[in-house]
Amino acid sequence: MTASLQILSPAGELVGEVPKHSDEELLALLVHMLRIRCLDGRMLKLQRAGRVGFVGTATGLEGTLVGAAAPLRPTDWLWSGLREGGAAVMRGLPLAEYVAQMYCNANDTAKGRQMCNHFQHKGTNYPSWSSVIGTQITHGVGAAYASKQRGDDVVHVIHFGDGATSSGGFHSGLNFAAVWKVPAVFVCTDNGWAISVPSSEQTAAKSFAEKAKAYGMPGVQVDGNDVLACESAVGEAMERARAGEGPTLVVLRTYRMLGHSSSDDPTKYRSDEEVESWAQRDPIERFERYLIERGVLHEGRRAEIEKDLLKEIDAVIHEQEAAPPMALKTLVEDVYADVPFHLRLQYNEFIAIAEKLGHAQPGDGAFPL
Amino acid sequence: MANLTLIQAVNDGLKTAMRADESVVMFGEDVGPKGGVFLATEGLTAEFGKGRCFDTPLSEDGIIGTAIGMAMNGLRPVAEIQFQDFIFPAFDQIVSEAAKLRYRSGGQYTAPMVIRTPYGGGIRGGLYHSQSGEAYFAHTAGLKVVIPSTPHDAKGLLLASIQDPDPVLFMEPKALYRSVKGEVPEGEYTVDLSTLRTVREGRDVTVYCYGAMVPVVEKAAAQAKEQRGIDCLIIDLRTLLPLDEEGVIEAAKQTGRVVVVHEAPRFCGYGAEISAMIAERCIEYMEAPVKRVTGFDTPFPNTLEHHYLPDERRVLDAIEAVYDF
Repeated sequence: MTASLQILSPAGELVGEVPKHSDEELLALLVHMLRIRCLDGRMLKLQRAGRVGFVGTATGLEGTLVGAAAPLRPTDWLWSGLREGGAAVMRGLPLAEYVAQMYCNANDTAKGRQMCNHFQHKGTNYPSWSSVIGTQITHGVGAAYASKQRGDDVVHVIHFGDGATSSGGFHSGLNFAAVWKVPAVFVCTDNGWAISVPSSEQTAAKSFAEKAKAYGMPGVQVDGNDVLACESAVGEAMERARAGEGPTLVVLRTYRMLGHSSSDDPTKYRSDEEVESWAQRDPIERFERYLIERGVLHEGRRAEIEKDLLKEIDAVIHEQEAAPPMALKTLVEDVYADVPFHLRLQYNEFIAIAEKLGHAQPGDGAFPL
Repeated sequence: MANLTLIQAVNDGLKTAMRADESVVMFGEDVGPKGGVFLATEGLTAEFGKGRCFDTPLSEDGIIGTAIGMAMNGLRPVAEIQFQDFIFPAFDQIVSEAAKLRYRSGGQYTAPMVIRTPYGGGIRGGLYHSQSGEAYFAHTAGLKVVIPSTPHDAKGLLLASIQDPDPVLFMEPKALYRSVKGEVPEGEYTVDLSTLRTVREGRDVTVYCYGAMVPVVEKAAAQAKEQRGIDCLIIDLRTLLPLDEEGVIEAAKQTGRVVVVHEAPRFCGYGAEISAMIAERCIEYMEAPVKRVTGFDTPFPNTLEHHYLPDERRVLDAIEAVYDF
């Protein structure tokens, strides 16, 4: 097993160099981690209640998400997979938009077209993933080429999971990025499981990080449950990228504590003992212990923070429950910049029936032909 | 005006676009100093530098995936797939990513990009240098599919495609690269996408075609006129998606007798759509069943390709059949 970079031991003891932060900034990192866990809890409840359709949690991955997002500037791009929504919130995705996307309602900036858990935020350069594994990797590389071609100062941080390392997009993406020497950082969150397939069946390599060597770029492995180590490794890789020294593969080793999604039963393929052993290495508890030790946090403060976060989240959920349904015209809009003739025709045939059945809302009327 | 071959018109179109807009970049396999296997990109690296016309590692999936990212981040990429037969490793990126990006993001992100690729038979290229895969892509909402048949249209449609806000698959009939020549205006001009070209006026039989089939149909129509006095209306579809459906219906109504010609296989081919459209929207004008002249529902052959590809004889036979019905 390749050694992993660590700054905090699982017991929360300092074993490396802490990135430069004020106490307030360190506390903010904890709040971001707690917000992710609170959001997951609430979304799962909503899913069980039938209010939202699908949840892919990041429980156990709070250290990777927050640590890997901390070094980004607002102008940098974060190319996401299923579980990076919390990082988007941390960088500026409003909670209301997060929840609206989970509800796929009329306030969703994607107009309710993607299934739940496909967040986007244009303001901080966070496109959504598609659902197809690994396809965002080459997108990030192409966008990084554009940044390099323009000579801007932007770095593209491209997230994916252990399963995606087997995809064609991973190979093409890392290869193109290294050949073109673009400002990209590949962040592989190895959470142990691609749905039900363990990382050990994903590759015969000793580690995902050593794959970097074949592409001619540095690869580092990090203890993903150590938020400071994640921040430090990704930050360093971003500095290299920004300085024009090319891409890096950063592998964050962690564990997905819950199922692949709300539709998955992980007890079918993994043992309670394994899950329990990772529960002992919880990223939030580790960081909390360190902050208490450092005197930034007092015992009991975490519960207060969580209470405030849940209050804020619940208010947003309440507000989003009341959102109106999507306008029917969105069925055929945004396929192209303009709605072409054949789609106007198809919509008009449909709306004539919808109006007859009383399903149409005001404003849903036919397109001019 | 210059008298150019179709491939020269493509080259001229690329240079014109890259001179006008420095966000236009051209890349793919062997498109750099070599200028592409058909020389479509000849001289581009010399004129615009390695940053704007460049070779990529050999991965179609990588070429299209990176093109999407470039388009999302402000460039206007033109990606070449060396032969359309090689496009399928990138099918996912084209169909699931480029074509759906605007829709799935509610218009927040878009992929204004062009994929240029030579398609079709007639060069003794066998199974993997001859295919016509337009139907796969014409079935994909969010994509535009453009196929020129003249040097004038090749340049004008290419410039319109590069300026278009949506992803365009620009399929170049390689059989016509050097076999057709025509007047091409210098500098910038565009031919609007989703418009038909009337190749020949006629009142007896309407023949729809595109790409390399257009000159074949023209020859068949000339023979039909000469031998039987049949006047064919020839429509070059030029943009398969989104199609000018009104123009297609109008042309069908003009004669009431329709032939559709393409070199791709027949089953679920583009001709099936034209045929269904006519059946749904103007069957009352029809004097005869629609007839399709197409490639066979087989892989593309090699030594027998001249039998696989619709030729003047088969097209003429179909024209006579619908005329005599």
